[in-house]
Amino acid sequence: MRRYLVRKLITYLLAFFVGVTIDWGIPHLMPGDPIQGLLSKFTLSSSSYAALYKSFAQSFGLNVPLWQQYLDFWKGVLTGDMGISIWAPPAKVTTLVFQAMPYTLALLIPAITLSYVLGNRLGAAAARRKVLDNTVLPLGYIFQAIPYPWLALVVPYLLGVVWHLFPISGGYAETLLPSWSWTFISSLLDHWFLPFLTVFLVSLGGWAIGMRNLVIYELENDSSRYLRALGASEGVVRRYAYRNASLPQLSGLALQLGVVIGGNIVTEIAFNYPGLGHLIYQAITNQDYFLLQGIFIFIVIAVLIANFVIDLVYLSVDPRTRLSMQGAPA
Amino acid sequence: MSEPVSGTPQTPDLVETLEPLAGLPGGAIGIAGGAGAGRKGSDFIHYGLRNKKLVFGLGVEILFVLFAIFGPMFAKYSVTDFTGTSLASPGSKFWLGTDNLGRDLYALLSNGLRESYLVGALGALCASVVGMALGFVAGWRGGIVDEALQLFTNIIVMIPSLVLLIVIGSYLPNKSVLFEGVFIGLTTWPWVARAVRAQTFSLRSREFVDLARLSGKRPVSIILKDIAPNMASYLFLVIILLFGSSMLIAASYDFLGQGPSNVVSLGTVMNQAQTNAALQYHQWWWFVPPGVLLTAMVAALLVANVGLDEVFNPKLREQ
Repeated sequence: MRRYLVRKLITYLLAFFVGVTIDWGIPHLMPGDPIQGLLSKFTLSSSSYAALYKSFAQSFGLNVPLWQQYLDFWKGVLTGDMGISIWAPPAKVTTLVFQAMPYTLALLIPAITLSYVLGNRLGAAAARRKVLDNTVLPLGYIFQAIPYPWLALVVPYLLGVVWHLFPISGGYAETLLPSWSWTFISSLLDHWFLPFLTVFLVSLGGWAIGMRNLVIYELENDSSRYLRALGASEGVVRRYAYRNASLPQLSGLALQLGVVIGGNIVTEIAFNYPGLGHLIYQAITNQDYFLLQGIFIFIVIAVLIANFVIDLVYLSVDPRTRLSMQGAPA
Repeated sequence: MSEPVSGTPQTPDLVETLEPLAGLPGGAIGIAGGAGAGRKGSDFIHYGLRNKKLVFGLGVEILFVLFAIFGPMFAKYSVTDFTGTSLASPGSKFWLGTDNLGRDLYALLSNGLRESYLVGALGALCASVVGMALGFVAGWRGGIVDEALQLFTNIIVMIPSLVLLIVIGSYLPNKSVLFEGVFIGLTTWPWVARAVRAQTFSLRSREFVDLARLSGKRPVSIILKDIAPNMASYLFLVIILLFGSSMLIAASYDFLGQGPSNVVSLGTVMNQAQTNAALQYHQWWWFVPPGVLLTAMVAALLVANVGLDEVFNPKLREQ
């Protein structure tokens, strides 16, 4: 088990290293000189241009060799100093990120876990049961084929605009100030529901179909046949099939996380929901590169932590990782 | 001539390969057996024509492809025509209505369909080439090469691609369709690589591969002529799924305005509808059709894919 965890930790550390390096490297690889771009907006005499250029280079820390800029960036990342936002000065990038984070987490954690759990149950129930299979399967394929942005348009149109059930934009009513009052919390929940529903729906079908296929495969397996031959009831056989089938599903979830967490940007922009994705949008439209870089790091960290949690779950679900990983690698 | 693998029991490796598809959560791949090389092609045609899912899915898809090729020719207006009638609802003059700038939505959508197929094909091509190459090498070589490639794959998986695209996009405002397709391909290959690696791993210790090795064949030719044909059906399904997921991913990118510049696509139509409050003004003809089209295109692919899976893999056929 220790071997398994150590390997995983090395992967995470390297992924973090690569993430930070990419985040630092992209602006440096891109054509154009940012200070030149900044100064080109003004008409300046050549001497004042040179003086301004020098002072900007110094304040952005661009007047030192590249390797030192890189080390400075790391220092900033490790001390949590990602600079000051251009869009909302004098707010620090980290402050803005931490303000937005609770919204994103409140959206993603329930949506991911619920769709995973329910989708798997649904798929397992549908496997090799004619009536259920004939409804779950086609619906699953349709849900899997729906482009998410469209779901984020049609669901609020129906539930919000046509039937007036839920608000379609914002994180809470614009007339309210954040507080721990009941009116505010109910407004939060009201605004939370539609974005949650769309994220939940869009991944439900995939999990159901994946689980259905895996359970069918497991039910045809020799181990299941043996279990039946021993006289075990169909329920017991299915329970074992489900446990076996949930392993590839779990590693699938780990593979999905980067996409889901990143894809959340679409949700938050479509619903004008004040989380990290929305913050990214503000950063792009206001050309706030520091904020953009900061959010990128935080999203990479979030993906890594979520992966680690799944690893721990995997350890508890699959007895083989606990036993065999101590010995020879599989 | 290599031995068919279809008769042999499936190894646990195969289960591990059922990774879900980026963009299509949960994995649409059924259990593709190692059916293939030895079986006669006519057998597949026999079962293929009798498989309703395959015939239906493929039929619908062909219709869409034909529409993507010929549809724009029937458009009465071009995508850059500002007809002066903005926000017209569907009728005889404008079959699918117009948007806020007075552009004909039929023209926009039929051209957008082309864009979707183009990006889908590019993404699938890139992802399958990279994924297969790395998967074959890792599975064939094993040892330290395998460890390194797996580490690389696991790292790529954890870099959030959409955020990466946005960061790149903020410095690179003008992007082409080629860029979008290649970017999608270069960020979705990891699950292909994992799956191909696991299958190569289980195939490389079979007798017929040993035989090929003993006869002095070069590794590249063993991989291409002995190993790849044995998972040909699986690879084919993978490419189809990549094609569908690339189209969906492109729609999200375009919806966020991160797609190719100055190109009409289904995603950009939805984006414009959203930013111009089409929801609030009940302009359903603006945002409903692009999504319905894309859903139907991808769903038809998925259904055809299941059909194919059943044709290739006898275990999955209806009982």
